[in-house]
Amino acid sequence: MSLSMNDDGRFGLDRRTKLLGPVKLDSGAQFAPVEFAYETYGRLNADKSNAILVCHALTMDQYVASQHPVTGKQGWWINMVGHGKPIDLDRYCVICINVMGSCMGSSGPASFDPGTDAPYGMEFPVITIADMVRAQAILLDHLGIEKLACIIGGSMGGMQALTWASIFPDRVQSAIVIASTARHSAQNIAFHEVGRQAIMADPNWQNGAYYGSLDQPDAGLAVARMAAHITYMSEEGLTQKFGRQLQDREAKSFGFDADFQIESYLRHQGLSFVERFDANSYLYITRAMDYYDLAEAHNGSLAAAFKATRTRFCLISFDTDWLYPTVESKSIVRALNAAGAAASFVELSSPFGHDAFLLDAPEMNRIVDGFLKAGGL
Amino acid sequence: MTNLRPDLSIIAENIRSGARVLDVGCGDGALMAALRDQKHVDARGLEIESANVSAAVARGLAVVQGDADTDLVDYPDKGFDYAILSQTLQTTRRPDLVLDQLLRIGGQAFVSFPNFAQWKIRFAHMLGGRMPVTKQLPHRWYDTPNIHHVTIRDFKSFVADRGYAIKGEWYLSGEKERGARVANLLAEHAVFLLERS
Repeated sequence: MSLSMNDDGRFGLDRRTKLLGPVKLDSGAQFAPVEFAYETYGRLNADKSNAILVCHALTMDQYVASQHPVTGKQGWWINMVGHGKPIDLDRYCVICINVMGSCMGSSGPASFDPGTDAPYGMEFPVITIADMVRAQAILLDHLGIEKLACIIGGSMGGMQALTWASIFPDRVQSAIVIASTARHSAQNIAFHEVGRQAIMADPNWQNGAYYGSLDQPDAGLAVARMAAHITYMSEEGLTQKFGRQLQDREAKSFGFDADFQIESYLRHQGLSFVERFDANSYLYITRAMDYYDLAEAHNGSLAAAFKATRTRFCLISFDTDWLYPTVESKSIVRALNAAGAAASFVELSSPFGHDAFLLDAPEMNRIVDGFLKAGGL
Repeated sequence: MTNLRPDLSIIAENIRSGARVLDVGCGDGALMAALRDQKHVDARGLEIESANVSAAVARGLAVVQGDADTDLVDYPDKGFDYAILSQTLQTTRRPDLVLDQLLRIGGQAFVSFPNFAQWKIRFAHMLGGRMPVTKQLPHRWYDTPNIHHVTIRDFKSFVADRGYAIKGEWYLSGEKERGARVANLLAEHAVFLLERS
């Protein structure tokens, strides 16, 4: 007998719940209660063996395969998740949870602190990727899902997938890690720091206490997004798409207007980002990513993070991704081999840099499809 | 084992059920799939070509994109019952080191290769005065991936020098298995089962 999703309010689109927790944080603090915003798609089967957790990237959210309530855009991974798609909703029950620290309904700096009845702001604790994962585990317990048939994510989603497999090895049967890494490099941290400084240098940021104020740190957040956006694209992709083409003009203006198409594009990306994202969330999540180093808790041995694992792994990188380049995936594969894990890895070719995992990539889809089917569902 | 290349068929027949196997240069995973489906083998693969890796992973196999010359060092000692190197030895930059790695990783190693001393190749070279282009070695001198040609006699002498033991040997002419007699002259392919002695 399959659970009737219609009768079970825990399942469905746009779910919200508040759980007691607590989440034991890496900082030593405890966080409670914990709010969750999430979506589920498809049906959980009777033995609850067909659950797939999709983990989202830095600025994504739980709307993996449904319309975004703010932007009105379709789900961010509809090429991957849907009926007849690699993550086939005819076979799998998909869960996607807004990460802790974010701003689409799960606990984050913009949430109300029950202690003060005001938004947390910078009183929100500094969290890590592992803290996000421990929070997700609390929600899965609430949903009655003990084991995941698969956990999948790109970029920061891949970090969560690796962390899940490392700290809850018995709950993860397989993991798909796309365009990701086992640790943030100095270069990764450097780009994030530029973004954070842009936000904090904006006088409207007001030490994070801008909620309810007319003055929002939009300029800082937009610049942070612009800088980050460059890291998501390849030089080849930028050249193909924009080259040195001018924006709506015949000649250079000899001023500081957006003469070039790439300038105009980045400004647009920055401006539209502030409509849907919270500056403090950007600070907290980038910090979590910078603190991320899976081997750190294992005396620097990444293989030790996966010791005796029975999880099947599939890693995919893209040849033009310079944010989390192929060498990062290869070092994970090396560690998995040393740990004796069943690991697959392939570097795919794409002109689109890091963002390739979000775009339609038929070869990636084929690999995910085959890898999932080998799991037997 | 049906539908497998003859050297792979020999390897497959001689692997015990349920073994742990690393197939180095596994191509699209044909041998691994047969071993998994017919002998319940826990098979892992290493393959250099992205398209082959994609095809293998899409059929549900655990295959890593990598290079036998550089990436075998990442595998733990005795992590597998068998390491397999089929038709790949002659394409490696350092076949000697690759073989050492195989016998570090696997309890035993299957190695198959085209025999460069087979009479057709000798004739082509001797009479034509040119690098042989045959059915089994179809590439020209400038585009061949086979950068270290080896004969059966070379291989046996190398194995003896390294102190490895030959636990099995099979020879092929065309699709057919043939005896060990004058194999160096007559066999197109050889398959060896090696172990550390």
